[in-house]
Amino acid sequence: MKVLLVGEYREGKVLDATWELFGYAAKAGAEAVLFLVGDPANPPTCGAKLLLADIAKAGEYNPELHKKLVLDAVAAESPDQVVFCHSSYGWDLAPRVASALEAAQVSEIIGLSDGGFELGSCNAKMRRLVKPSTPKVVVTIQGGAFPAAKPEGSPALSIVSSEAPSRIEFLGYDPPEKKDVDLAKAEIIVSAGRGIGKKDNVAMIAALAKALGGELGASRPVVDAGWVEQSHQVGTTGQTVSPKLYVACGISGAIQHLAGMKKSDFVLAINKDKDAPIGEVADVLVVTDLLQFVPALTAKLAK
Amino acid sequence: MKLLVCVKQVADLESRFKPNAAGTWYDEADVAFRMNEYDEYAVEEAVRLKEKLGGEPDLTVISIGPERVGEAIKKALAMGCDRGVHVLDPDAASKDPSQIAAIIAAFAKDKGFDLVFTGMQSQDRGSAQVGLLVAERLGIAALSTMVAFEWADGVIAAKRELEGGIKARVKLRPPALLTCQLGLNVPRYPTLPNIMKAKKKELLVLPVADLLSEGAKAVTQKFYAPARKGGGLVLEGDTADLVDKTIAILKEKTGVLR
Repeated sequence: MKVLLVGEYREGKVLDATWELFGYAAKAGAEAVLFLVGDPANPPTCGAKLLLADIAKAGEYNPELHKKLVLDAVAAESPDQVVFCHSSYGWDLAPRVASALEAAQVSEIIGLSDGGFELGSCNAKMRRLVKPSTPKVVVTIQGGAFPAAKPEGSPALSIVSSEAPSRIEFLGYDPPEKKDVDLAKAEIIVSAGRGIGKKDNVAMIAALAKALGGELGASRPVVDAGWVEQSHQVGTTGQTVSPKLYVACGISGAIQHLAGMKKSDFVLAINKDKDAPIGEVADVLVVTDLLQFVPALTAKLAK
Repeated sequence: MKLLVCVKQVADLESRFKPNAAGTWYDEADVAFRMNEYDEYAVEEAVRLKEKLGGEPDLTVISIGPERVGEAIKKALAMGCDRGVHVLDPDAASKDPSQIAAIIAAFAKDKGFDLVFTGMQSQDRGSAQVGLLVAERLGIAALSTMVAFEWADGVIAAKRELEGGIKARVKLRPPALLTCQLGLNVPRYPTLPNIMKAKKKELLVLPVADLLSEGAKAVTQKFYAPARKGGGLVLEGDTADLVDKTIAILKEKTGVLR
């Protein structure tokens, strides 16, 4: 089997997620060719065939031209699969490529089994085994599901280019919002999730954080609802943290949240749902009504 | 101006999921359904655009699925959509993203929608494919993961969300499809008068066979609960007891409690 891996590049750097694509290729036992829109003057050092398009010409976000470049690479290499990271770049580009190839796309896979692809479903509470039936298949892989495996050596480099009219004009990036709290340095983080029920209950979670001498964190839904400032958000689109103690209050454990906190030394989860995916990474899961338990814990700690 | 918003009805994710008899999706008994959260943002943004333009745009909401999907359409109508289209398909759960996109594209083709709004993914399957596939089939521009949208003089100024809180600023023109990310806006709750008004709005029901003639490109062979990795301790019981046990464990295992 042969796979075309579509790497990622942003603001002058090859993103580490690119090497997880090789982890997937190794697991699948496939010959791998890397396609990247990057810097021809400074190609990544990796022992693989590399098709490199110049970012100065193709841009960082120009999905219509990137689609054309990937399709050219598919025509040249005839891979069985085209593999992307399940990321803002990959989930945007993959369906465009799949549509042009009339290929099945299987999104955010976490494993291979029985000739099919394993993926999470229903907020990671369940799994699906999916089998495609098209000659070529487009795949996106979940971040962290396949360990990075950067091949040693230098690339067999070919510079590629193409033209395509673009209907989307990329103007530049807005940097992340300024943080009034640096959760990355915190030793203890107590995070609020949607399970706290309402904004008024944030104070209760903040009180536990204070009693433990830690910082307040939050999951995305709580931030989107305006209950807690974005600067406190833990997860893929917020901060990645690794405290000595992480307390997850009413957080079900969406994959985007787990990706931001699973390296914590010790995870205490408080949740009314025994099956919540946060249980997968928790050292201790307290199954209870947090509105009763959290104030009681805070009171006892304050003694 | 013509606007289309595509919504999916999904299971409430607080539900407990059991595989169905075929073992390919969940058993719907005891499962509550609601509008896919990402699609609520899509409806809200489309309604806001309609309001901003003095109500001129004609706003259609489409959804695919069995009878129960009518509830999600009614909610979108109560939020401010003008007309509903229900593609009646008792077997929608077995369709793959390319088929769902084919159905929407077959409906939308030749209708001249200027903008199509939808969620960036569904909460239950999360393929993040359908919106982009619809745009490809219609041959229109597509922007995914949108967290900011402004419309001025026929031009869209938007932002899409990247990892680590970075946002990409982009410009595009209609016709275009936009997939909406959480946090784009604050979706409204339908008011009682608007819920009553929604009952009088036009609802077109179309059998799926009228719009779909192609097979699936991928099938779900099995739907199952993940094997527990174990290791973690699960505590249950009375609050005072749980508090004592928790403090004892934190003292023993973490070194952050004195």
